[in-house]
Amino acid sequence: MTLSADEAARFAALVDEHQEALVTAWTERVASTLRGRLSHAELQRQNGELRRGFQQALAGSAQDLAAEPAAELRAQLAELSSTRARQGFSATETAVSIFAFKDAVLNAFDGVNVRDYVAFSSFVDEAALFTFDSYVRVREELIADQAEQLLELSTPVVKLWEGVVAVPLVGTLDSARAQVVMERLLQTLVDTGSPYAIIDITGVPAVDTQVAQHILKTVVAARLMGADCIISGIRPQIAQTIVALGIEFGDIATKSSLADALRYVLAKAGQNKQSKQSKRREP
Amino acid sequence: MERVPVLKIGDILLVSIQIDMEDQVALQLQEDLADRIVATGCHGVVIDISALDIVDSFVGRTLATIAAISKVLDADTVVVGMRPAVAITLVELGLSLPGIRTALNVELGMELLARERADYDDEEEDADGEDGAETPAVFTS
Repeated sequence: MTLSADEAARFAALVDEHQEALVTAWTERVASTLRGRLSHAELQRQNGELRRGFQQALAGSAQDLAAEPAAELRAQLAELSSTRARQGFSATETAVSIFAFKDAVLNAFDGVNVRDYVAFSSFVDEAALFTFDSYVRVREELIADQAEQLLELSTPVVKLWEGVVAVPLVGTLDSARAQVVMERLLQTLVDTGSPYAIIDITGVPAVDTQVAQHILKTVVAARLMGADCIISGIRPQIAQTIVALGIEFGDIATKSSLADALRYVLAKAGQNKQSKQSKRREP
Repeated sequence: MERVPVLKIGDILLVSIQIDMEDQVALQLQEDLADRIVATGCHGVVIDISALDIVDSFVGRTLATIAAISKVLDADTVVVGMRPAVAITLVELGLSLPGIRTALNVELGMELLARERADYDDEEEDADGEDGAETPAVFTS
């Protein structure tokens, strides 16, 4: 049921006439649902602005929320839900703030026509649903941002020694992350000219066949480029899972700790250097 | 037709591929390299593919063939400078280029060859030494 033009005009007049009482009653209702997490003065100010928004939309004879005169109201509602979403209020608490307007209106005006009120009520419902949508959208944006930050944060490639780089993997390794790790590791190998890389999986909570597959691919790609990979930080539990799942690491060196892996790599690099020096000394 | 130049540096032949590896170019390189190894008597080949965006199965196989031919002519082959994107693509395609040895860059590739050669020389010398120990009379006389 949509609001007709003269109904809208009548409500606009009423909302304007009783503004003081309306805002106070509305604020009280909202305050009781939020249990003191926003100050009374702050709520009063927000509701005052929203009331003006509603009044302008109704005065412009907006029949629903998508209409042109309600543009400012929509902006206000979007703003309200985005701040509430960032402050950690629940979706219900945000929507109830708008629903409370209906109660306040019903209490403030005596003898409102039922048909009028139902039409007005559906307009407010629309507004509340709109806040709900905006709330969800803002939360989704937040989650997407955080996921991206996590991806950036959790895959550093560090230089351990001259010619040795390490990737300490932390957290679950899914395809997207594995791809990022692989690309970053290989690029670092090229940039630094390091012939050895250590992949440390101490921070990986579980290794299933898929995770093992990702790690193996990275090792094979590094080998194709001419670098040697060592896998370190295998916890006892993980070792048991790997054997139980029948995952074969083939001739890839695996060590239980990063220290072991580094010692192994330095010994190997040392051997190479020695044979080179002995070759130089001989003739 | 474009040709890939083969440069001689000391005991090593350096091949830097700067053009698209069409099939004909790859086959020509294979022939040129075999000729040059015999002509110069070099014992190492470094193939630099850092300028290659694409390594398909044919190029991969040609590289393996070149490595095998060089081996027959007593020269070790190292492929250097493969790009990360190329390596990832090859792994995704399941091509692991068997029989090809790789290094990150030309410098490391030449070091690898020098090391291999040194090990090989050591073994030969050891073998000579043993011979000498067994038949000292031949040496003293």
